[in-house]
Amino acid sequence: MKPVLQTTPNMDVVVIGGGNAALCAAITSAEAGARVLILETAPKTYRGGNSRHTRNFRCMHEGPLSVLTDTYGEEEYFQDLVKVTGGKTSETLARLAIRSSQSCLPWMQQHGVHFQPSLSGTLSLARTNAFFLGGGKALVNAYYRTAIALGVAVIYEANVTHLELDGDVVTAIDYDHNGKSSRISAKSVIVASGGFQADTEWLARAWGPAAKNFLIRGTPYNRGVVLNDLLQQGVQSVGDPTQCHAVAIDGRAPKFDGGIVTRLDCVPFSIVVNRNGDRFYDEGEDVWPKRYAIWGRLVAAQPDQIAYAVIDQKSIDLFMPSVFPPVVADTLEDLAVKLGLEPAILRQIVDQFNTACGDTGAFHPTELDGVSTTGITPAKSNWARPISDPPYYGYSLKPGVTFTYLGLKVDETARCSTDQGPIKNLWAAGETMAGSILGQGYLAGFGMTIGTVFGRIAGSEAASHANS
Amino acid sequence: MQTANETITQTISEARRQIEVCNACRYCEGFCSVFPAINRQRSFLDGDITQLANLCHNCRGCYYACQYTEPHEFALNLPKALAEVRQDSWQEHAYPSSVARAFHKSGVAIGLATALAFGLLFWLIKFVATKGGGAGFYTVLSHNMMFAIFAPAFLLPIFSLAISLRNYWQHIGGGPIHFNDIKAAFGSAAKMKNLAGGHGEGCNFEDEDRFSNSRRWYHQLVMYGFLMCFAATCTATVLHYGFGMPAPYGLFSLPKLLGLAGGVILSFGTLGMLVLKLKADFKLSDERVRGGDTGFVLLLFFVSTSGLVLYGFGNSLYLSELLAIHLGAVLSFFLLTPYSKMAHGFYRLVALIRDAQIQRIKSRP
Repeated sequence: MKPVLQTTPNMDVVVIGGGNAALCAAITSAEAGARVLILETAPKTYRGGNSRHTRNFRCMHEGPLSVLTDTYGEEEYFQDLVKVTGGKTSETLARLAIRSSQSCLPWMQQHGVHFQPSLSGTLSLARTNAFFLGGGKALVNAYYRTAIALGVAVIYEANVTHLELDGDVVTAIDYDHNGKSSRISAKSVIVASGGFQADTEWLARAWGPAAKNFLIRGTPYNRGVVLNDLLQQGVQSVGDPTQCHAVAIDGRAPKFDGGIVTRLDCVPFSIVVNRNGDRFYDEGEDVWPKRYAIWGRLVAAQPDQIAYAVIDQKSIDLFMPSVFPPVVADTLEDLAVKLGLEPAILRQIVDQFNTACGDTGAFHPTELDGVSTTGITPAKSNWARPISDPPYYGYSLKPGVTFTYLGLKVDETARCSTDQGPIKNLWAAGETMAGSILGQGYLAGFGMTIGTVFGRIAGSEAASHANS
Repeated sequence: MQTANETITQTISEARRQIEVCNACRYCEGFCSVFPAINRQRSFLDGDITQLANLCHNCRGCYYACQYTEPHEFALNLPKALAEVRQDSWQEHAYPSSVARAFHKSGVAIGLATALAFGLLFWLIKFVATKGGGAGFYTVLSHNMMFAIFAPAFLLPIFSLAISLRNYWQHIGGGPIHFNDIKAAFGSAAKMKNLAGGHGEGCNFEDEDRFSNSRRWYHQLVMYGFLMCFAATCTATVLHYGFGMPAPYGLFSLPKLLGLAGGVILSFGTLGMLVLKLKADFKLSDERVRGGDTGFVLLLFFVSTSGLVLYGFGNSLYLSELLAIHLGAVLSFFLLTPYSKMAHGFYRLVALIRDAQIQRIKSRP
């Protein structure tokens, strides 16, 4: 289709994407007096990208702030980030995000976001993360209301296909909407359209064919179309193009958009075997919030990218209920059949494991209790209790992709550049530039912090460029 | 054709399916009492689901915040699922339940019952009433006659409701009640806390995800207006029997002040509720009872407004007609209380008492 040049007045700022970063950018631009248009590829019911699935943002605070208790200073925050990224971060941008997060919280409240104390089962985040009342979709709804009240125009189901980059200026935006292609121009353009994890072909090219078996935890609309288009035109990138952040989730989860409810917290109390019935990693290495992310990769490395967690009656109430009921059987052999495993092998593995268990008197479900196995490989270093009390429960595990690391490289003003230097009117915010700060790993709630901080920066920069 | 029991099983299992998704998510914990109650449990008996359904005030905050509403394959619509279970529980526990099934569903049935009540009152006034036995309204319908009609019309519904609530309490597994449970429940109802959205900005009712306290305030007008009207009747009864002061009362008497103010408030409240109802998305409620619900609010509006008209034009030639219309509406309203939306207030209160009770027991060291 040949794009039709629209005769409608061109915009000051066009924001590509409709999640948290896009909305923060649009609101900030509109408040600075710019005429703003949001092009969101999802329909209205699915608007908001992965922000729909979020629930909190990590916020620095030098004293009690809203629902946040105590203090969480810049240094502690930064060190937490260094720990998970193994140092793969831009210190300048990371510290900028961290320092700015403190002023974000009141800004978010002023723009309709409601906070609440940390949810049940998330006490570990009570000091560091402010939870959105109603979760990320409630936040997205509030921002759309605010943006629309400020006069921001929104087009849903608008698939941006191409940004025309002419030297150091984006001169046109092509998008499809209602079966029609349009070309518009804008003084400033902000890309906030996420990563490419929903494009499983791309994922398979980057990761290998195993990626076809991965589940995508979030929106099916993050297909990386604009990201790819810009990279093709020489816009600078950041982040490992082959990597994605994946966690172990319930194997029965939908291919896309399963979100939070597909998480499975039973691993520390279980033994996990692969399709062949073999254990392959220490299930009790650390508390689950610190380990669920590596299990995505571990499961991805197993045959058919699937694994099975087996527990017994003693452990069924020790973790958050999951959305899919477990497979239940009165004998291990029956459970094996129901899970599609070889009964004799599962029996043998469990017997070996049970024999390796020692004194379980010190068992404590929420602490590293040191209740471990001896004489088997891999060992289980905490919560190692025999799997011996029927009924037995089984869950299948698959890798669930949260986001991809490849993104657009930006500076402190969220501006994109090519090898020839900065692009005069192109900014990026949110997941699509988060690779600059999160080179590997993930820190709970930090994605929303990056989105909010850089969304606001991009919005402000884009508006002042448009106004000048 | 499905039997009522099959339908109830279906609505409860659908609600259970949805509640189990909610229990794995928990994002909505801050909106109202329903989600903390869900999060206290891992599995849900039928009685638990019924209790959760009656705790839900249909504020709809959870629907608009939900990541799993259609077209998502989890297809959550918790406000609707709970509304259906709630509705089934009112009909099932009503005594007799066949009457409840008729009136909950049909605004026409409510209208017909009210018309019948008008007819009865007209007939009584015209042919049976002993005139001249007092002043004011009593010149049209004697006190004894009024008493003979309204004492049973008041006591029978109370009797019926008492049986229903006792059954309900058994169904949800309620235990011995402490004073603090009742205090907590009345406190919640007095402020309509569960329509505040957790942040005080109200619910998502008349304009999708926009938070607004309109419904909360209109509902408060209805509730307090109604209670004032009821208090007017009670004070009049006390004055009549306790102090030998029969009606009519002057403007600056308790029955008149309470009745007039309550009537105005109730009229505004019911009108507001009707307007909001028309704007709201019916797909988030129990669509089977759309007619009965609307009919009930109209009846309540009619009760209060006809009372005010009667006050305004009571000295005109039309006194007997106006009195017949107002008393007919009141009679219909009383008799339908256990079998119409009016019952929800009683179940809601009991559910709040139960919720307070569970929290008290769980918080025990």
